[in-house]
Amino acid sequence: MNIWVFVEEANGAPAPVGLELLTKARELGSVSAVFLGESDDAIAELGRYGAGAVYRLAGGEDKLPAAGAAAALADLIASESPDLVLFGLTYTDRDVAGRLSARLGKPVVSNASDIRLDGDSVVVITEIFGGTQLVETAVRADAPALVIGRPKAFTAEPGGETTPAVTEVTLPDVGHAGAAVITAVHVEESEGPKLEEADIVVSGGRGLGAADKFELIEQLAGKLGAATGATRAVVDAGWVAYSKQVGQTGKTVKPSIYIACGISGAMQHLVGMKDSGTIIAVNKDPDAPIFDVADLGIVGDLHQVIPKLLEALA
Amino acid sequence: MNIVVCVKQIPDPANPSELDPDSHFLVRPEEQVMDDGDRYGVEMALQLAEASEGTVTLVSMGPAGNLQGIRQALAMGADKAVIVTDDALRGSGALETAQVLAAAITREGFDLVLCGTESTDGYSGIVPQQVAELLGVPALTYARKVSLDGSTVKIEQQTAGGFNEVEAPAPVLLSLTAGVVEPRYPTFKGIMAAKSKPVDQLSLGDLGVAPAGSGQEILSVADAPGREAGTKIEDEGEAHLEIVAKLQELKVV
Ligand SMILES: Cc1cc2nc3c(=O)[nH]c(=O)nc-3n(C[C@H](O)[C@H](O)[C@H](O)COP(=O)(O)OP(=O)(O)OC[C@H]3O[C@@H](n4cnc5c(N)ncnc54)[C@H](O)[C@@H]3O)c2cc1C
Ligand SMILES: Nc1ncnc2c1ncn2[C@@H]1O[C@H](COP(=O)(O)O)[C@@H](O)[C@H]1O
Repeated sequence: MNIWVFVEEANGAPAPVGLELLTKARELGSVSAVFLGESDDAIAELGRYGAGAVYRLAGGEDKLPAAGAAAALADLIASESPDLVLFGLTYTDRDVAGRLSARLGKPVVSNASDIRLDGDSVVVITEIFGGTQLVETAVRADAPALVIGRPKAFTAEPGGETTPAVTEVTLPDVGHAGAAVITAVHVEESEGPKLEEADIVVSGGRGLGAADKFELIEQLAGKLGAATGATRAVVDAGWVAYSKQVGQTGKTVKPSIYIACGISGAMQHLVGMKDSGTIIAVNKDPDAPIFDVADLGIVGDLHQVIPKLLEALA
Repeated sequence: MNIVVCVKQIPDPANPSELDPDSHFLVRPEEQVMDDGDRYGVEMALQLAEASEGTVTLVSMGPAGNLQGIRQALAMGADKAVIVTDDALRGSGALETAQVLAAAITREGFDLVLCGTESTDGYSGIVPQQVAELLGVPALTYARKVSLDGSTVKIEQQTAGGFNEVEAPAPVLLSLTAGVVEPRYPTFKGIMAAKSKPVDQLSLGDLGVAPAGSGQEILSVADAPGREAGTKIEDEGEAHLEIVAKLQELKVV
């Protein structure tokens, strides 16, 4: 099985989900990476995670890259015939995978939490209904199978020292479809550990009651050296930046400890955090679904419990 | 401007859905509501149409049912709707959905196409990009702010680390994040008016498309190994100490 992993550059390095997918792909067959970016260091890193060859897509300048990247990939696929192309469930990857799928007239299976081979068939495992049920889907269309994998579904591990053979590919001009231009890039810095990487995450939900109460979450996170997270309800209300959203449309986290305060535990939130090591929840509703996944559930008012906890930890 | 909004009708999320044990298709009730995530598209379309003296057309694929979800969107103020419904579309994947939507959108004509970022029940999150590719237009995806400057559309695009300012000339497709605008509630007048707005129901034959077939086979659906619920403690003033004990046990404090 000849497997390609699409990897986008993020801050000069391969996007973390790309390394996770490379690690999984190594189990299934021989692996190449399609790298959207410039960095030579990043390409060396792809080699350490098992990519024997790298196609470097570059030259899009200030254009939104997806349309050109999909066209370039379609051309490469026509000449090299990979069996499986993997993408991560990230913004750019989704844009490229969707366009590629339409271009090739081939389905793409999204939200994969696991992948296995059944003879020549690629079988994708997805979670539905908030991760309570697993669906196994076999791709029956002609190769390549296109699959989008969830972040954190696989653990990234280096696998030896290959120096990949690099093929340079220039993004083609795709006319009007590629006419979107990036005119400015804004980075919203947040303090403390990064949400996706933190060992402890403290998250707040609508139960906080008001924007300024998110301070309780920040204080607790400060005490524990944790990152702060939030539900979509809190993000939509404008209490915190979208980059803190945990869940289906936000980030997937897998810390050793996840502390959920005033969070009901909607399916779309659970899929982003249910694989955490230990889950601690504070909610005043004894029937809140978050308690179904919590190792320690406190039924109580967070405005009582958290300040006392802060004092006890002082 | 001709503005098309892709609106999906879904089973009411308040009533738990189930899969048919034999076909593995989602069991679709007659009563279907507008996907909550599509209200942003409808609202944005109405605002952009007001600013450009445009029209708002809803395009939807799926079983029509009693059209309750479509009427909800018409009641907000959209002008008309096209719904493609055909038995051959049962069990459709994202690509077939996109092929059907793109054909219907082309038939209507468009300057802007608005989508959500992902549907509540399908959440493949790729239909908009597939539609854009099939239409041959740029996709301004994950928009959290939208403005029009003549025929150029400018957005703030959500990124993992912040946002980008991105722009493209029409015709263009946008996918909108929740919260991009505050959706209006239908007025009583709007609800009454919606009853007589044109809703075109098309079959695949009417549209002249033959989607590719899903190219996928569902092998099995099984319960996931669930997480066991742990200890649940009612707070009577001292429950915070349970958290402290847990954190000590985990050697964090
Ligand atoms: C397509 C789609 C994608 C989505 N993606 C995401 C996502 O990525 N992430 C996400 O989080 N959501 C997502 N959602 C939204 C999700 O369905 C829920 O609406 C959301 O997670 C609810 O957030 P919440 O728990 O903060 O609020 P609520 O559901 O309102 O829960 C608040 C909780 O706080 C408790 N509470 C109230 N007061 C107190 C108090 N004083 N002390 C203790 N507890 C208190 C209440 O009992 C309640 O359980 C998505 C929805 C859709 C349709
Ligand atoms: N059956 C459908 N009918 C109309 N629009 C749809 C349909 N399926 C998906 N969409 C649009 O595509 C977006 C993303 O859906 P999905 O790719 O299914 O997550 C939705 O928010 C809708 O705007």
